[in-house]
Amino acid sequence: MIEKTDVIIIGAGPVGLFSIFELGLLNISCHVIDNLDRPGGQCAELYPEKPIYDIPSRITITGQELTDDLLAQVKPFKPVFHLGQQVDKITKLDSNDWIVETSMNKSIQARCIVIAAGAGSFVPRKIPLKNIGYLEEKNIIYAVRNKSLLEGKELLIVGGGDSALDWTIELSKIAKVTLMHRRKEFKAAPDSVCKMLELENEKKINFLIGQIDNIEDLNNGKIKVITKNDEKNIELEVDFLLPFFGLKMEIGPIANWGLKLDKNLIKVDTEKFETSEPSIFAIGDINTYPGKLKLILSGFHEAALMAQGCFKYCFPDKKNIFRYTTSSKDLQKKLTSI
Amino acid sequence: MKIKVTNRDGKKVILEGDSNSTLMEIIRDEGLDIEAACGGCCACATCHVYIGDKWFQKIPPRNDEEESMLDQAFNVKNNSRLSCQINLSEELDGLELELAPE
Repeated sequence: MIEKTDVIIIGAGPVGLFSIFELGLLNISCHVIDNLDRPGGQCAELYPEKPIYDIPSRITITGQELTDDLLAQVKPFKPVFHLGQQVDKITKLDSNDWIVETSMNKSIQARCIVIAAGAGSFVPRKIPLKNIGYLEEKNIIYAVRNKSLLEGKELLIVGGGDSALDWTIELSKIAKVTLMHRRKEFKAAPDSVCKMLELENEKKINFLIGQIDNIEDLNNGKIKVITKNDEKNIELEVDFLLPFFGLKMEIGPIANWGLKLDKNLIKVDTEKFETSEPSIFAIGDINTYPGKLKLILSGFHEAALMAQGCFKYCFPDKKNIFRYTTSSKDLQKKLTSI
Repeated sequence: MKIKVTNRDGKKVILEGDSNSTLMEIIRDEGLDIEAACGGCCACATCHVYIGDKWFQKIPPRNDEEESMLDQAFNVKNNSRLSCQINLSEELDGLELELAPE
């Protein structure tokens, strides 16, 4: 089934969220898609507790507070969120509408697409070794989807955060686990650290201090991981390597949509913040134009002008009368409808 | 204040630093090849550098937050630092460093 809306916003960071507001004032409905499982983008994922000082009128606000306030601000417009999925493909119909397909097999149809994807989607940080790409899913697993695949196998888990320790504890029940981390201190929750050390004491897992130096395919279904620390190199032959090095941001499939790019940023005009493809807009950190500053407040400004641009596509026959929220009864009714 | 950076391709460049900036800001604004994805709030480990031996001791040591982020970096060495966590000062005039791979 194809869902229909006026505008699809890709990215639920602050700029994507404020777009819901600016579009909503113009009676434009929208759906929002984000790869993370909650709204907020970098603000909520990277610095939820850190203060931001340059949001006008907010003397200081944390990334999470900004996200929460924006969500409250856009609530009257009843946005539809599709979280935990990435846009894989976009297709233009003869009617000039777009069909957007997500990694969770959802299809949404809209008049316009607004890319507010920041620095891209958050994806697992991969090991920067050349020529190991083909081992992914075969011997190297960045996200465990099917535990049964690992049953009875020899695993090397790498990392010191919650993912690494949680999986070490969980998988030690069904597999032979070695955990490797570059130091003896762990960022993971203290409870998990205690539990892991207990397992090590009971010899139910091995713990190793070190880092990945190289990986070789043994061509028998296993790989050899060469590890290093200050003293020596240790070679481990394992069925699976599970590296947990946190998340990084990647522009991803957006780079292949035929939009004009400049150093992996999307080129836009500064009147409507439209891309080289009519009815696709790009706002916030992902766009570039002369004088661009990567600031949340610039993204907010871009959202307001983008909405004016979308209006022409969504309501080609209507006149867009400019109104203020302070004086327009109609806008106030919309904003207090909840 | 001069900062001597060895690029990923081995080329050396000399940058002009100032004591109001972090090391990352100077490297990034020169357009050198560091990602600095999070913009300097110690949340991404993509501004990883190796500090020249004689300079390493002159810089205040890593705090917990930086250590934790370095856990997400590769090829971490004893002289690894996240350049966003280094505030420049006149004592660091002549600082030598190398950009870590990736």
